[in-house]
Amino acid sequence: MSINHEPTAEQIKENRLYLQMGMTDAEYERAVEKLGRTPNYVETGLFSAMWSEHCSYKSSKSVLRRFPTEGARVLQGPGEGAGIVDIGDNQAAVFKMESHNSPSAIEPFIGAATGAGGIIRDVFSMGARPVALVNSLRFGDLTDPRDKFLFEEAVAGIASYGNAMGIPTVAGEVQFDQCYSKRPLVNAMAVGLLNHEDIQKGVAAGIGNTVIYAGATTGRDGIHGATMSSSELSIEEEQELPVMQAGDPFIEKLLMEACLELVQSDALIGIQDMGAAGLTSSAAEMASKAGYGVELNLDLVPQREENMTAYEMMLSESQERMLIVVKKGREEEVIALFTKYGITAATIGHVTDDKMLRLLHKGEVAAEVSADLLAEDAPSYQKESKEPASFAENQAIENTEPQVTNLKETLLDLLQRPTIASKEWVYNQFDTGARTNTVLAPGASAGVIRVRGTNKGIAMTADCNSRFIYLDPEVGGKIAVAEAARNLVCSGAEPIALTDCLNFGSPDKPEVFWQLEKSADGISEACRKLNAPVIGGNVSLSNEVNGVPIYPTPTIGLVGIVHDLSQVTTPGFKQAGDAIYLIGQTETEFGGSELQQMIEGKIFGKSPAIDLDIEATRQQQLLEAIQAGLIQSADDLSEGGFAVALCEGTFGSQGLGADVTVEGSAITALFSETQSRFLVTVQADQVAAFEEKVQDAVKIGTVTDGEEIVIKDAEGTVLVEGTVEEFQTAWKGAIACLLNSED
Amino acid sequence: MKFAVLVFPGLTCDLDMYHAIEETVKQDVEYVWHTEADQLDQFDAVLLPTGTSYGNYLRPGALAKSSPACKQLQAFAESGKLVLGVGNGFHILVEAGILPGGFLRNQSLKFRSARETVRVENNNTAFTKEYTQGQVLTLPVANEFGNYYADEQTVEELKNNNQIVFTYANENTDGSTEAIAGITNEKGNVLGMMPLPERAVEEIIGGTDGTALFQSIMNNRGEQHVN
Repeated sequence: MSINHEPTAEQIKENRLYLQMGMTDAEYERAVEKLGRTPNYVETGLFSAMWSEHCSYKSSKSVLRRFPTEGARVLQGPGEGAGIVDIGDNQAAVFKMESHNSPSAIEPFIGAATGAGGIIRDVFSMGARPVALVNSLRFGDLTDPRDKFLFEEAVAGIASYGNAMGIPTVAGEVQFDQCYSKRPLVNAMAVGLLNHEDIQKGVAAGIGNTVIYAGATTGRDGIHGATMSSSELSIEEEQELPVMQAGDPFIEKLLMEACLELVQSDALIGIQDMGAAGLTSSAAEMASKAGYGVELNLDLVPQREENMTAYEMMLSESQERMLIVVKKGREEEVIALFTKYGITAATIGHVTDDKMLRLLHKGEVAAEVSADLLAEDAPSYQKESKEPASFAENQAIENTEPQVTNLKETLLDLLQRPTIASKEWVYNQFDTGARTNTVLAPGASAGVIRVRGTNKGIAMTADCNSRFIYLDPEVGGKIAVAEAARNLVCSGAEPIALTDCLNFGSPDKPEVFWQLEKSADGISEACRKLNAPVIGGNVSLSNEVNGVPIYPTPTIGLVGIVHDLSQVTTPGFKQAGDAIYLIGQTETEFGGSELQQMIEGKIFGKSPAIDLDIEATRQQQLLEAIQAGLIQSADDLSEGGFAVALCEGTFGSQGLGADVTVEGSAITALFSETQSRFLVTVQADQVAAFEEKVQDAVKIGTVTDGEEIVIKDAEGTVLVEGTVEEFQTAWKGAIACLLNSED
Repeated sequence: MKFAVLVFPGLTCDLDMYHAIEETVKQDVEYVWHTEADQLDQFDAVLLPTGTSYGNYLRPGALAKSSPACKQLQAFAESGKLVLGVGNGFHILVEAGILPGGFLRNQSLKFRSARETVRVENNNTAFTKEYTQGQVLTLPVANEFGNYYADEQTVEELKNNNQIVFTYANENTDGSTEAIAGITNEKGNVLGMMPLPERAVEEIIGGTDGTALFQSIMNNRGEQHVN
């Protein structure tokens, strides 16, 4: 990039150079009008970054307002680095989920790694120690070499960062569908813990207070990352993208320890991660939130490359950097603290009372723009919304069963679908036990971390079935939240709050915007019903390849409390003789199901229905039964339906099998994806107490010690019969097998 | 008894080791930052946790050798007091020349986190006396460079001196020479191992097979010169 001769303000206007930076004509005119003059090159860069979708939510703000964000436990809702909820005992859980989709589509290892790094910084910038990581990943169906590559590298990238940070990955999900081919989703979530008095905010307050830069040096990497993340990707474009920012978890670990020590110091006023749009967003947002201004001398910014311009420094997205405001006169001790950890720190400016973001470079004012104008006055768009024709078409299709001839073969095929198959290949690459608090590691319904010094646990999960949302965004949105809650409840946890990552296609397509609105409505309603407010999140729009949007994928990251760790429950069967119960009626609902996709090669029809009142009641009753010690194992029924859940119950056991009898049509009973259903086992002497507590439970069979799975119909005809081993072998090895297969 | 958890930059699992001491033998334990290790001799045992020291740049454990703390560590080991290095701590002990051998990337070429069965090959060390000979333990592993390598002569020496303390009992997944999971130095006062006993000291986190290792250290701290 040649920047020695920056264009003048006039040239930018004349030649509409702002278009290259991702600003529209109208946005540029708005900037000129609000500023009262034409912005220079640096200032245009500031506007383009701060008014990108990634930083301003200009297209999605109207949708985000629909989410319920308040609740008795909420200490910090959306707007800061991460949300915070009270967990009792003067402690709080801090968490957020964020996407790193665009970088991961180009450089999957680096992109996924920096995604994990960024979300970890968001959590410790609030003053919290990150204690667990969760991820939610989407890839093409592993038939294409590029998709295999993206999958392998993204997983390795996340592992490399989280493992080197010593933060365990305790939960996550991976799904595969061709709609994500070459456009993977990499959503990372971090969960931290802190004491109430340690909560920090990103504020630059107090005239004359000092602005300190701490962390890695600034280079020319990731310039305009925020703008890039907000645009569509065409295959040709991959060749000419800017240099991507690479992460270094070693520096981040040291930076984190230094910041967490700094949090204990009364010298600290405010702290924020330099994430998307780097120094620009952190400085402008910290000043704007506090109602002050910030003046930075860019000559003092630690740089890793020579002759960097103000423009490059302000828009660099070099990783592992924090912007910190400390009390005037306390700079030396703060810098000494960072130095002890081997981290570069430098005074680069101070807080002013004029509410301006003023940048000095080589003795000149390189930019001078109101901080509020950058951080608060981005345009807000009410995008056009239109119901796609396909919605009505799908709604008109009657629910029918897919054609299945051999039930056992079908079950074996389903178990080998990468979305259903064991994710061991993925999570064995994550350090799941670091910090020695992991009670439930990946492979269970949710991850559970012990809160040291208490008998409590924090449970977490990420979920989103985008096929249902594609068919019916409102119902699908409800299902996403409900399913996440089911996973927590099955683990013995009470859901308390959630973060979301809204991954969609281009908001300029009215059909996509309609999906966004409708799914937000569904999510909101489920949040209200299930008492889990949204305390933060992230929006990733324009996830398209060559103009084709992904299925709408609003990933839900849900956090809950386990009140007593002895109540932690897993899906695996515990002992022979236990009664197997199915909670909830099964209907013929195959729209968007794994079976439909497998047999028909596409999805169509209605999404399974959901009644949130029934959902809430069942979850409440099941949780109470778990807390009363009446449940041996619990699992929710999701992709693949009942038969898959039954198999998983045996896989999670030590040499146990199952003998069950199902009612009605076999195909529906075995494979339908009707919502709000659970599979639980109950010890024989607790059956009466259990049935009294959980209304919709029907006893369908018994856990056996025969290591066989037998499913019969009401007449006693055997529908499926096989050894646990044959089902488990199919399920366990499927992903590795797909990756190793030649195309 | 006073334990030091010696922390080189990037040894992220210092906390695991610290809590294991509190949980098992309930003795004094302190973190010692690598630039502040000049008083190491006031401790009775030094624990090197796992993690990713110096980002595993160059080779795992290699850069820790350049820290002044490494000299203190070598002197401490020389004095005959007990040193335990696990995971990346084992790498550091090897790179520092305190233990023989070297490390390769796992055979899978990937980071691997799992529970492994580990056999006690020598229960006559200060670290293993509370185990029975041949006892099979279940311990977590979490590493990308768990593939211990030693040449034939070194293996011969290790065997002759009973320095092979732990081996993988069922599968040698990462490909270690002779399925070696842990070795001592010749004197027997320094143990390096890839499995992580400090992560197996409580039922709630999945097992207690590591507890006896810390109890052994506690009960045998005065006997390190016996071998």
